[in-house]
Amino acid sequence: MILKGENISFKYPSSDNYLIKDLNISLKSSEIKGLVGDSGSGKSTLCKILAGFKKSEGEVIIDGVKKTKKNIFNPVQLIFQHPELTMNPKWKMKDVLKESWDVDHDLIKEFGIQESWLNRWPNELSGGELQRFAVLRALSPKTKFLICDEITTMLDAVTQVQIWELVTKIAKERNIGLLVVSHDKDLVKRICDDVIYLEEINNN
Amino acid sequence: MSEELLKVSNISISFIQYGSGLKQNILDVISDLTLDISQGEIVAVLGSSGSGKSLLAHGILGILPSNANLSGTMHYRGEPLNQNLKEKLRGDEIALIPQSVKFLDPLMKISEQAIGDCTEEEKEEKKAIQREVFEKYGLSKEVDDMYPFQLSGGMARRVLVSTALLSNPKLVIADEPTPGLDERSIKETLNHLRQMANDNVGVLLITHDINAALEVADKIAIFYAGYVIEIANSSDFTGDGEKLIHPYTKALYHALPQNDFKLTEGHQPLHDELLKYCPYFERCEHPTDICHETIPKLIDIGDKKIRCNRANEFKTGEF
Amino acid sequence: MNKSKNTYYFKKMNLRTKTLLIISLTALILIAIVINSFFIEASSLTTNFPMRNMPPSFEHIFGTDWMGRDMFTRTLKGLGLSIQVGAFASIVSTIIAVILTFVSRLNKYLDSFVNWLIDLFASIPHLLVIILVSISLGGGLFGVIIAVGVSHWTSLTRVLRAEIKQINTFEYIALSKSFGKSNLWITGKHFLPLVLTQIILGTILIFPHAIMHEASVTFLGFGLSPHEPAIGIILSESMKYLATGAWWLAFFPGLSLLLIILIFDLIGDNLRKLLDPTKAHE
Repeated sequence: MILKGENISFKYPSSDNYLIKDLNISLKSSEIKGLVGDSGSGKSTLCKILAGFKKSEGEVIIDGVKKTKKNIFNPVQLIFQHPELTMNPKWKMKDVLKESWDVDHDLIKEFGIQESWLNRWPNELSGGELQRFAVLRALSPKTKFLICDEITTMLDAVTQVQIWELVTKIAKERNIGLLVVSHDKDLVKRICDDVIYLEEINNN
Repeated sequence: MSEELLKVSNISISFIQYGSGLKQNILDVISDLTLDISQGEIVAVLGSSGSGKSLLAHGILGILPSNANLSGTMHYRGEPLNQNLKEKLRGDEIALIPQSVKFLDPLMKISEQAIGDCTEEEKEEKKAIQREVFEKYGLSKEVDDMYPFQLSGGMARRVLVSTALLSNPKLVIADEPTPGLDERSIKETLNHLRQMANDNVGVLLITHDINAALEVADKIAIFYAGYVIEIANSSDFTGDGEKLIHPYTKALYHALPQNDFKLTEGHQPLHDELLKYCPYFERCEHPTDICHETIPKLIDIGDKKIRCNRANEFKTGEF
Repeated sequence: MNKSKNTYYFKKMNLRTKTLLIISLTALILIAIVINSFFIEASSLTTNFPMRNMPPSFEHIFGTDWMGRDMFTRTLKGLGLSIQVGAFASIVSTIIAVILTFVSRLNKYLDSFVNWLIDLFASIPHLLVIILVSISLGGGLFGVIIAVGVSHWTSLTRVLRAEIKQINTFEYIALSKSFGKSNLWITGKHFLPLVLTQIILGTILIFPHAIMHEASVTFLGFGLSPHEPAIGIILSESMKYLATGAWWLAFFPGLSLLLIILIFDLIGDNLRKLLDPTKAHE
């Protein structure tokens, strides 16, 4: 499978300048690709466009097909920088996890998630723990591409390693295409087969 | 000889929170923190986001919320730092560089809020000082009449830094000054901190970004589950990390992508978990019985501080 | 450092306990009034001409009217009725507010329509709407309840609509869509729990307004029919006797109505204290 963004352009309605202009990007199954860019350069916007969260000019194509259907699981999943914002504060963690797919217990264990955490509220866990949940939630069997937008930027280095070990391992097992978006060149070089720089592909 | 500015001894900050029903829980956010800052020194407090390290800044400035409880002692230049003194010093000898431009009043011109509330007579003089400091940080005269929304990210950062410096403070607290900035702005911000320290100001840098801390700080206090487990010199973070003592600090150093990206299993205790023993016990490779009985104290080893029962053994590299 | 960090109860009552105590006490008063008013038989309100126009005394603490009826009993009955009308009207208002809020979420045209409807109703004086609707529905209990109900939903709808708009920008809503969840599912599972406290609070805060307006229209003669023992009726009847010095006919029923309204305000304020996250932990 291949995820392609073709001639993607984006500008805010209030602005005259394009944040992203005629950008082309592609991601193959089981490929781990790094995307490096400064904050404010449109990284997060591009991630949202690729995952179908934001409308833009140009097309996002999966295996030659444009995604149009509503109410089906999106094969392109996005993980954000701040996990606490991606969880309904009125939900317990087990419900947060269940919203996406029925996660089996072995995998929960493998992710270092304690059983007792499942009955907790999001505000009772720290960013590192929450991000484990967010990653696991995104790794449904229906997920074909995973876009990670600065997912370990707010975490300590030790947790950062743990999360990336898990993500890359499962991505390889399931042939998921992984786009690692970060400002940290060292990190991207560690994880990825291939690195691209946003300023080089963005023609704004 | 650099004078000791701030001495924080055995500070604990806790919160009273409602649990289920009518129960109120005590939530320890910072436990038994000891730290000192001298003139011209940058001390970084390094902890993961949401670990409550910003509360240290609020505690020093005396702006903790009403349901927070602070115990322990603080001294500012030898004087006990009580609420009265905090209120007198903050915005004057102790200044805060807040996290983002959101802390500025959106409806007030930059120079007016930088100067703050003052009489007509003082205004002229304060304006001159403000101009001078702004000039030093490369902020042109046009900036004075701008509103916060007109500032670019880098400019906003410089406004916050120079506003903090207007009162000619002796101690500056920078609360998470780097997230959301591009590489150049981060460098610039850190340079500003360095510049301040060179002007003999003491800087307390509160951050989650280990790279920023390593780049600019003299000493780094590492937070783990609300406890400072090691206060190391940033020059110790070098080579194979052999100068670092606490196993967590070592793990942190080796986990950096530019080093080994080495995996360490386990997780920090949750912030409402009740700790009766060493916070690192569950993950430690060399625990002893005593480690499971009490919480170790922060002890001095050379010019460093370590919270570990086996610090001496770790230090000599027995393991 | 072997400080006990266990959960413990404060010797002093904490804010939450105090607040709950206030709420339950005041709620008890209200419920007592309503239940009491059910048990007031017509026989206790029979005319007793020898005892007419008696000023307040130990026997009749609110005095008696021109037919010798005990004003305390009448007031109690009237308050019971007021609270019932208020309760039904608040519930009608809340239902309208909730339905319109979730209708406004469906698409932007419906959203504009709801917004227009809010502006329309908010721009007409409440009393006018109530009188118009009440008369067109033939007055009476049903007319008043519906009239008060359809005139009080605007502010709650506005609050809920703003809340929904904000929640809509949260990442977990976008994520829920990408997990393939339907709009209805998201509304029920994500939005409803988040706005539930606002809905409860909104209902209770509509209450005093509803009671006041019911009493006002009834006083003006457009509301409940004259044979109902409503506070508005009592007050308008008393107008005729005020000039003769029978001040107690208006004073005590009016004061009681005011007290009931203050009680609702108290409950609302205290509930807000419990539910408002910025004050939740004091």
